Amino acid sequence: MCATSTMIYLDYNATAPLWPAVKRRIIDALDVSGNPSSVHSSGRNARALVEKARGEIASSFGATHENIIFTSGATEANTLALAGSKRRRVLVSGIEHLSVLEAVGDVEKIAVDQAGLVSSECLANLLRQDANSALVSIMLANNETGVIQPIAELARMAHEYGALFHCDAVQAPGRIPLHMDDLGVDMMTLSAHKIGGPKGIGALILAPGVEIASVLSGGGQERGRRGGTENVPAIAGFGAAAMHVNEMLDKAEHISKLRDEMERAILEQVPEVVIHGHRAPRLVNTSLFGVDGVSAETQVIALDLSGIAVSSGSACSSGKVAPSHVLRAMGLSESMSISSVRVSIGVETKDEEIGRFVDAWVSSLKIIKRQVNAAQSMNGSGGTL
Amino acid sequence: MTDEPVYLDYQATTPVDPRVREVMLPWFDAMFGNPHSSDHAYGWAAEQAVEDARIHIAELIGAKSNDIFFTSGATEANNLAVKGTVRAIAPDRNHVITCVTEHKCVLESCARLEREGVAVTYLPVEKNGLLNLELLENALSERTALVSIMAVNNEIGVIQPLTEIASLCARVGALFHTDAAQAVAKIPLDVNVMGIDLLSISAHKLYGPMGIGALYVRQKPKIEIEPIFDGGGQERGLRSGTVPAPLAIGFGEACRLGLEDISEEADRITILRDQFLAQIIDSLGDVKLNGDLEKRIPGNLNLSFPDIDAQDLMMRLPGIALSSGSACNTSSVASSHVLQSIGVEESLLHNAIRIGFGRFTVEEEVNFAAKEIIQAVSSLRNVTQIYEKN
Repeated sequence: MCATSTMIYLDYNATAPLWPAVKRRIIDALDVSGNPSSVHSSGRNARALVEKARGEIASSFGATHENIIFTSGATEANTLALAGSKRRRVLVSGIEHLSVLEAVGDVEKIAVDQAGLVSSECLANLLRQDANSALVSIMLANNETGVIQPIAELARMAHEYGALFHCDAVQAPGRIPLHMDDLGVDMMTLSAHKIGGPKGIGALILAPGVEIASVLSGGGQERGRRGGTENVPAIAGFGAAAMHVNEMLDKAEHISKLRDEMERAILEQVPEVVIHGHRAPRLVNTSLFGVDGVSAETQVIALDLSGIAVSSGSACSSGKVAPSHVLRAMGLSESMSISSVRVSIGVETKDEEIGRFVDAWVSSLKIIKRQVNAAQSMNGSGGTL
Repeated sequence: MTDEPVYLDYQATTPVDPRVREVMLPWFDAMFGNPHSSDHAYGWAAEQAVEDARIHIAELIGAKSNDIFFTSGATEANNLAVKGTVRAIAPDRNHVITCVTEHKCVLESCARLEREGVAVTYLPVEKNGLLNLELLENALSERTALVSIMAVNNEIGVIQPLTEIASLCARVGALFHTDAAQAVAKIPLDVNVMGIDLLSISAHKLYGPMGIGALYVRQKPKIEIEPIFDGGGQERGLRSGTVPAPLAIGFGEACRLGLEDISEEADRITILRDQFLAQIIDSLGDVKLNGDLEKRIPGNLNLSFPDIDAQDLMMRLPGIALSSGSACNTSSVASSHVLQSIGVEESLLHNAIRIGFGRFTVEEEVNFAAKEIIQAVSSLRNVTQIYEKN
């Protein structure tokens, strides 16, 4: 692992490093040995850590304290929202995270346009009948393209028809202002490790009055909505990370500049590059782009050898080389959907790292294309390398 | 002795072993890769360390590493084992057998299955807390999909006859799951020798971190399980969600240490526990031990003091962290379902305390706790006698 210290990390949408204050909070909490459900002082100390963090998250995202349900992460929170809502119909967009797409058996898909935006007409059509038994789940910002959906509008529409609205907001905190009331959603999913908190903890936040059934049956923790001993150190770290959201927002403008400069540079040097979702509002830190026929996997490995970590799409189960379902949902071809790499910038990214990335990407692209051409002339056939 | 209370609640949670803490710390630092980002070196290093952890966990229970699936803890592992297997098998086999003294998460998972149309048999236990194997044998049939019996009870520490249960299950082709949250690293376990098909583990009960656990699932022959969370397809599709690398790695180290220390530690804790119990009985006489003493993990006692309310007693013991029941229940005053199940009389239900000893318990603490408890019980008895005289 000697390579990591010199590596350039541009995969913040997969996971972000811990804030130093978060790390300190976790380490301190590791030394509190008590189960928060125990009544003795050790247990009460653990409980205090959990409730302090709950308060921090509530104040950072405009939630009410008792409506924050800690889960093992966003996947569980999304499952809890969709399965726990007990709504018969679940309407989701095709660009949702797999944990939303697969949370319940049958989902109805809301169309997405080429820009990456959810079609409000399609949603309205789906809601025209039987909306009272429906839950709509649309993510705030897409993990691959960074495209931001007009959630407040979509939620208002869903409510007018009588549907419930859930929003996976995992990629949003610290990149755009995020306040539960402004969104007007009934349920919202957050993940700690995307905002410099620890892995293994997330939350489902409910609007006041919204009720859900538990998915994990157990000891009655989290007001009976999620069984299992609370993950005290991780919750403490999540709370500390939530307190950094404004610090992240302060850096958004600078990050946006880095991203835009990068995109300008790659367009200039590789005019055939396609940048996905750039016509829609996007997260300031995210860029998904590719050249048709140049496999993302090959690009990512070449970049890794140059000491740069980017992603070929969403980091889920290892070893999976599948076309991006997000790009497919946006109507892109299969070959384009396996040819795009994602750069996601974070608060610790330095200006010169972006320059080094552009140089490395452009030169690796030239090499790959030469190899593709050589292979084609040998085989007499086209295809993706 | 410091101002910190003497911690005698090892069944609620165990302190993180400093050696586990050391191993975890670097993973909170620079090496923050998502273990599923298979594309780059950050991800590779995390993945490698998580796989090493999986091996340590497997070795502790005699399993293979690809039988181990990470979860957020034992509650999730139990939910997955109970609901997941039965939902995958039903309606071919539509019957589940469990036991009344199981952890709430198993009982509630069974209740959920009942609402889905599955028949559930809740076996009683004997007065010593152990299962009656004859009753199990009678309840088993070709319709039984799953038997879920905990290895060690969280309140009274008794060890169920796992090998015997497994062989009865095998006769009718039923799967055998055991919630071993309180057993792993406390008693020797070997899933192959014992014939266990599924086994739940919690890291924070064996000196590892909170927020991580595992389900062992026998892979040969393969057991079908319907996942509870779908999504990114991690843990070979059985459990989606990013595996928290630092927690998984700490869990692995805790298991490695557990395997190293298991018999020596058990002997040491048994001596401390017996010493504690002898002091209590010598001084207080009228004390009832709940649950069998022989078939019990070293680190647990559950004692009833007639006429002494456990809450009153605990109020007088601010220097000791112990529990009046299982931790999940303590915030409510409901009586323990476990003590009710072993036939503790109604009048004695609120008189029980659980004392949990563990790796960091030292003789000095045990003697201190015994002295404090003896003093507190004696003074409460005096109060009671005064009331009775009046």
